Amino acid sequence: MSTIEEIKTTTNPAPKVICSDKGSELTGSQAVLEACLIEGVDTIFGYPGGAIMPIYDALYDYNDKLKHILVRHEQGGIHAAQGYARASGRVGVVFATSGPGATNLVTGLADAMIDSTPIVAITGQVFAHLLGTDAFQETDVINITTPVTKWNYQVTDATEIPAVLAKAFYIARSGRPGPVLIDITKNAQMQKFSYEGYAPCNHVRSYRPKPIVRKEYIEEAAALINAAEKPFVIFGQGVILGKAEKEFKAFIEKAGIPAAWTILGLSALPTDHPLNVGMLGMHGNYGPNVMTNECDVLIAVGMRFDDRVTGRLDKYAKQAKVIHLDIDPSEIDKNVKATVGVWGDCKETLPLLTKLVNTKVYPKWVEKFRACDAEENKEVIFEELHPTTQKMTMGEVMRNLNDLTSGNAIIVTDVGQHQMVACRYAKFNQSKSNITSGGLGTMGFGLPAAIGAKFGAPERTVVAIIGDGGMQMTIQELGTIMQTGVAVKILILNNEFLGMVRQWQQLFNDRRYSFVDITSPDFVMVAKGYGIEGNKVTDRANLKAALQTMLEHDGSYLLEVMVGKENNVFPMVPQGCSVSEVRLK
Amino acid sequence: MTKQEFTITVYTENHIGLLVRIATMFSRRKINIESLNTSPSEAEGIHRFTIVINETEDVVRKLARQIEKQVEVLKAYYNNNDEIVWQELALYKVPTDEIAEKVKVERLLREHGARAVVIRKDYTIFETSGHREETDKLVEVLAPYGLIEFVRSARVAIIKESKGFHEKLKEFEQAEPGEELVENEFLDKQDEVFTM
Repeated sequence: MSTIEEIKTTTNPAPKVICSDKGSELTGSQAVLEACLIEGVDTIFGYPGGAIMPIYDALYDYNDKLKHILVRHEQGGIHAAQGYARASGRVGVVFATSGPGATNLVTGLADAMIDSTPIVAITGQVFAHLLGTDAFQETDVINITTPVTKWNYQVTDATEIPAVLAKAFYIARSGRPGPVLIDITKNAQMQKFSYEGYAPCNHVRSYRPKPIVRKEYIEEAAALINAAEKPFVIFGQGVILGKAEKEFKAFIEKAGIPAAWTILGLSALPTDHPLNVGMLGMHGNYGPNVMTNECDVLIAVGMRFDDRVTGRLDKYAKQAKVIHLDIDPSEIDKNVKATVGVWGDCKETLPLLTKLVNTKVYPKWVEKFRACDAEENKEVIFEELHPTTQKMTMGEVMRNLNDLTSGNAIIVTDVGQHQMVACRYAKFNQSKSNITSGGLGTMGFGLPAAIGAKFGAPERTVVAIIGDGGMQMTIQELGTIMQTGVAVKILILNNEFLGMVRQWQQLFNDRRYSFVDITSPDFVMVAKGYGIEGNKVTDRANLKAALQTMLEHDGSYLLEVMVGKENNVFPMVPQGCSVSEVRLK
Repeated sequence: MTKQEFTITVYTENHIGLLVRIATMFSRRKINIESLNTSPSEAEGIHRFTIVINETEDVVRKLARQIEKQVEVLKAYYNNNDEIVWQELALYKVPTDEIAEKVKVERLLREHGARAVVIRKDYTIFETSGHREETDKLVEVLAPYGLIEFVRSARVAIIKESKGFHEKLKEFEQAEPGEELVENEFLDKQDEVFTM
């Protein structure tokens, strides 16, 4: 099937019927796998069970064409599919059985929904005649997953499968991407039907993936930018999802506007770009937070003004005219009222805007950001990266890691203090390199997502940075690493606390450390049990060499670094405060 | 902004599960749905939801956009009560002997535009339609005469300015929509919009 290659490379393939053996009898299960093949899927993460056995039986014969990764828990499966999708820019696919298998996907679906990750989840379901009877391993998966999926559908008849899967892949990856769940009853998986081929979907009448770009709003936006004296660009994952990194860079370079990123926008612009002024939000850099309330035109590109970015909304950028570029019309005016809303895919809107903006530089304005950097460096960064304390800091681990990876690695993080430190200090040269659970803040995301990322980008080094708490949430996925031999570098930053909650308890609850004191197993010994090499560092003198050993090791490796127990992440915009009230200590 | 009654009209595909998807848009914001009606629409194969809520316009606008974002929703409009014509249907069951004996009841029914749907020896069912105050008023009036049962339907509403959905549907069916479907049209005329 030569057409498969074409489909892999286009976002919305033409609806041409593709079929190797038209008119042949296929089972519903075979039709599912044919659909995956034609959609260019090469890796499936999953876990078998009673209600999905027919699909697994069919998979046995597709073993040479579709790689199936047996995870240790369905949550691990969907996080791996997310990591795969984020690293590769393609749709991640996960299989699970009915009942508990399907409910274990819910966290990952919610995570993919809020972080706009293209996922197709296929769940088995009990026989159609048993639906609604409380059958063994029956749950109402469609209704459970409705709020956390972009689209979901239950198939009870095999003849529907080709069209439904075509729609599923199309909806998952087009427009603002998101997770789609297809629930297939066991009888439909087993049912034989006359296969008439597979027609990829590129149009659903009730669905507009991209709003039409209107020139007048581009013109209004350009006029605002051209008249600005202190313009400021803030960007999110929309730039990466729209594959518009080049267009974005061209825009800020021509307009000369400093740009700051949200946690999911990270890596869309190289760290050392002269106009990259750093991270926004609660633990973002000092300059971007303070300057948000000083700029005169705020240009938001592919981001959604999450509360962790804006802080207190009624004191957010009130002095500024706001231009908001987004593919999702419901995001514009949702949190921050836009002066000009530019609806559309930023891959299309950015070049139009670039054409109309004047070539400019704002040296004095950019200098203000750099002055903030100097202050942040003095108050926070220098000590974090070059500590004089006896205990190591997370920041110095990142500094040493940057020296060794030169910004070429994919950094996958879990959730918590280490996540903020890693995102603040990691260096990136290329896009799709920062994989983290941003919107949902899912602890336990890191390890399975790193496994998926390595399958999605096998030529790249994948470093999973995980806290001692998050590691224990999905530690079972070490088994997946053991069985597949996937080369993931696991870097545990162990502060013997649930650090972020502890930091809040210290700052806002009078140090009442309520259930944040967490013990850990001997991670290195656990890894050893899984046949994974490991090492533990407690002394600064050994840190760099240990990191080097980890990176150079052939295969997966676990490195545990003991860091200071009560270190805090700063700067910080306390909850309920304005971004300009960002605290440096 | 103050809360007021808004009627949201949603044109959708007729698919199983869509009711839940739309209902969760309200429940997740802890908004009570005052009334919800689903019915066919003027366009073949297209379903029409009519939902009444009490909210500020700001929230209603965001809700309508989030509803419209759902894959199987074609369009969501919101209107205040000045922009629509609406009716609710109500049924009243009263003992027949009371009705037969007391002429006053008959007069009251006439005054309220009610008509008899079923007349049996033991009870009579009347029907009336109108705004909530009107149907409520008749409940009050009938109560002294032994009102046995009362039920009122959800609101159905017609948008005064609407030209119907036939033409819009044709646009939706095309892979490349025309200017008619440009969904940020409201930005041109923010005051007079009724559409998303």
